[in-house]
Amino acid sequence: MNWKRASIAVLAAAPLIALFAYGFSRDPAEIPSPLPGHAAPNFTLTVFAPGDGPLMQPLGDTVRLGELVGKVVVVNFWASWCGPCRSEHATLSETARQYAGRPARFIGVLYNDSAASATQWIGEMGGQSYPALLDPGALTAIDYGVYGVPETFIVDATGRIAYKQVGPVSANILHQWIDSLLPNATAADTVPRARVP
Amino acid sequence: MIGLLAHNALLVSLAAVAFGAILTPVAIRTGRREWLQLVYGAVYTNFLLVSVAAGSMVVALVTHDFSVSYVAAVGSRSTPLLFTIISLWGALEGSILFWAWVLGLYSAAVVLLHHRRPGNLVPYAVMTLLAVAAFFAILLVGPADPFLPVFPVPADGPGPNTLLQNHYLMAVHPPLLYLGYVGMSVPFAFALGAIFSNEAASNDWSILSRRWMLASWGFLSAAIIAGMWWSYGVLGWGGYWAWDPVENASFLPWLTATAYLHSVMVQERRNMLRLWTLNLCVATFVLTILGTFLTRSGILSSVHAFTTGAIGYYFLAFIAIVLVTTLTLVAGNSERIQTKGKLGGAASRETVFLLNNLFLTAVMLTVLVGTLYPLVAEAVRGVKVSVGVPFFNRMALPAMVSLLFLMGVGPALPWGSTTWADARKRLYPPGIAAVILGAIAVIAGARSIYAILAFAFVGYAAMSNLREFWIGMRARHRAHGESWPTALVRLVAGNRRRYGGYVAHIGVLLIALGITASSTFRSEREATLTPGQTLTVSGRTVRLKNLWGREEPQRSVIGATMDVVGKNGAIIGTLEPRMNYYRVSDQPVPTPDVSSSWRGDLYVNLMAFDSGGANATVKVIVEPFVTWIWFGGLVVVIGALIGLFYSSRGTGAPALATNSASAGPTVANADP
Repeated sequence: MNWKRASIAVLAAAPLIALFAYGFSRDPAEIPSPLPGHAAPNFTLTVFAPGDGPLMQPLGDTVRLGELVGKVVVVNFWASWCGPCRSEHATLSETARQYAGRPARFIGVLYNDSAASATQWIGEMGGQSYPALLDPGALTAIDYGVYGVPETFIVDATGRIAYKQVGPVSANILHQWIDSLLPNATAADTVPRARVP
Repeated sequence: MIGLLAHNALLVSLAAVAFGAILTPVAIRTGRREWLQLVYGAVYTNFLLVSVAAGSMVVALVTHDFSVSYVAAVGSRSTPLLFTIISLWGALEGSILFWAWVLGLYSAAVVLLHHRRPGNLVPYAVMTLLAVAAFFAILLVGPADPFLPVFPVPADGPGPNTLLQNHYLMAVHPPLLYLGYVGMSVPFAFALGAIFSNEAASNDWSILSRRWMLASWGFLSAAIIAGMWWSYGVLGWGGYWAWDPVENASFLPWLTATAYLHSVMVQERRNMLRLWTLNLCVATFVLTILGTFLTRSGILSSVHAFTTGAIGYYFLAFIAIVLVTTLTLVAGNSERIQTKGKLGGAASRETVFLLNNLFLTAVMLTVLVGTLYPLVAEAVRGVKVSVGVPFFNRMALPAMVSLLFLMGVGPALPWGSTTWADARKRLYPPGIAAVILGAIAVIAGARSIYAILAFAFVGYAAMSNLREFWIGMRARHRAHGESWPTALVRLVAGNRRRYGGYVAHIGVLLIALGITASSTFRSEREATLTPGQTLTVSGRTVRLKNLWGREEPQRSVIGATMDVVGKNGAIIGTLEPRMNYYRVSDQPVPTPDVSSSWRGDLYVNLMAFDSGGANATVKVIVEPFVTWIWFGGLVVVIGALIGLFYSSRGTGAPALATNSASAGPTVANADP
């Protein structure tokens, strides 16, 4: 056994292994979005699923993003045919409830789907706390460069996109971003918040 | 219930393979060779248990037992039976289970065929196979467990990946690929077994592994062609190869295995290249694992990538262990493995084989670099890049075209050495075919230098390989008065390895011709037609008859009926390109329809349609000689089969004695 040769050969393989290890730190499907840091495209959409509790908004109401300046807005693009949307649904609904009464709004935007099947889906999933809007022709989704659902955009109080999530969003990400973007504790800050682990 | 049974079978199989792998060196070191029977028993037990697990999965899939996690993930009551069964390899966990089963099958076959051989080579090779099997068993009881219980039990599942259930070739391509990929573990095991048993300095390990490599190579060749055919038949772009990372991953070990099949001949005949051949064995196995790693870990983006979790880290650890272990063993023992043989003359077959190995390795490295470059670029420069078709075509085509030329030169030259005058006499006649085919290509409109050279070299090599048959048949006809068919059969039967090789060459040439012609002379048009309107592409005319829709249990189908119109206006055929909408996916799966003949294909794909049926947008592609690719694949497999069943006389170098047409001296396989 010639250990010198052996060590040289193994050292030569080290960069390859390091490269593969690095490969796990990244998502090959991720395409950098030019949107974060820029103004969120405005939209005017109609409520088709009202939500429940304090976040409820009447059916048929119109939501204009431009009127929500001063609030952190979480815009979630989803569809009833989308598998991963199921896994993030409870997180979104619950987190929205936790921020009720604070200057943060959650909005669901339906992507390439019918109001009927989406409403049925919400029922199956045990309801949804925040309202969902119809996006006929997916025009808003196109404005946001959505190429697959779910995608979630977090818009800051000045109307700029602060963060874009491709794929299911976690409670951790939502809390971190919303907390960092919320204006310092306001009078409305009375609702106890869940601690982020 | 069945899930629990299968899970426990896998647990016991992990124990069996670990026990066997650990017991082997103990048995050999302590001189208790009777213990090796226990090791071999562990191999059979493992095969039995993994068969139970895989069989259970098929039963669970067919009976729609949604309490099994894998069935809940890929099963559906509405999926047709064939596609339900083949969902076994349709997603990550099932494909790992299938892999483990194929590896168990190969390991059992190795023990069955070679356990009587004296010495430690076979036991150590079996140990290596068991160690690899242990890795897959760990995956199956850990991060890729397909038998997790699901509660509450769902009433139905989503069904398999829509691309999988859209074409019957999915019943063929993956198993062939696994048979090829996994089979390459066997030569690797013999190579490592040779090092462990101090037998690497002889040629025995390569004689043992050669047939396994040839069989695996045949499977992999067939798998690649079947994959191309699937891509052609399903993806709707009329192409068959896109240099996708995972296509590349199947091509890389094919290249090193091809190089091995040639270098092993030089090793046997000229006592050269032993270390190189061993390296090719090892590299082929590492590339199969790398290919699986790239497919299964989601490290590169591809149509083949499965969704994954922690399994990538297991693969990373496995690749690291394999690389470190094999490099230590091979580099550390390299001085002992090296051979002292000398090259014959410059104009000799072994020179051509050296060049062949050089070019094959160059193509392999080019494709490897192109495949991994996006990862490197992101690691080093932090930018997203994708390496596309132009890179691979520009970088790999010159070497691939050169290989076509060498395929014509190699068979014509003898082993050892010859005079230049003799070489010229042997090399000139095929040149006529090269000039003719090259000229035809230019007249037909080929302008790319590589295309023209490819046509010319295909002609050259085809003539050169066919001439070997002709010379041999003529010699038999004259000497024994045999009829021509008898002469052909006896010629091939007398030296199956050699003539099997030539048949495989001809298959590769048919593939090369099909690829060059279909890419050079392809023409396509896209148009929106109303019923009754026609579209003509390079002399072939189709007319839209009507649009229709139909509900099937697992999907909705929208189709266009197109008449193929002949020169005189008569309808000579009907094509029905479709779009299949599966319930689980928002994306339709295009289903082109193809009218094939030996001269080429008329390929029609439905791109879009008016929901009222008023019009349809279709893409019509005319691709000459595409069918030659699939036919060539069949010929390659026939060549591999002929080579596989050569008669091995004695224990040394089989079938060399009948190699009458080789003029060069045969160097004995004496160990230095």
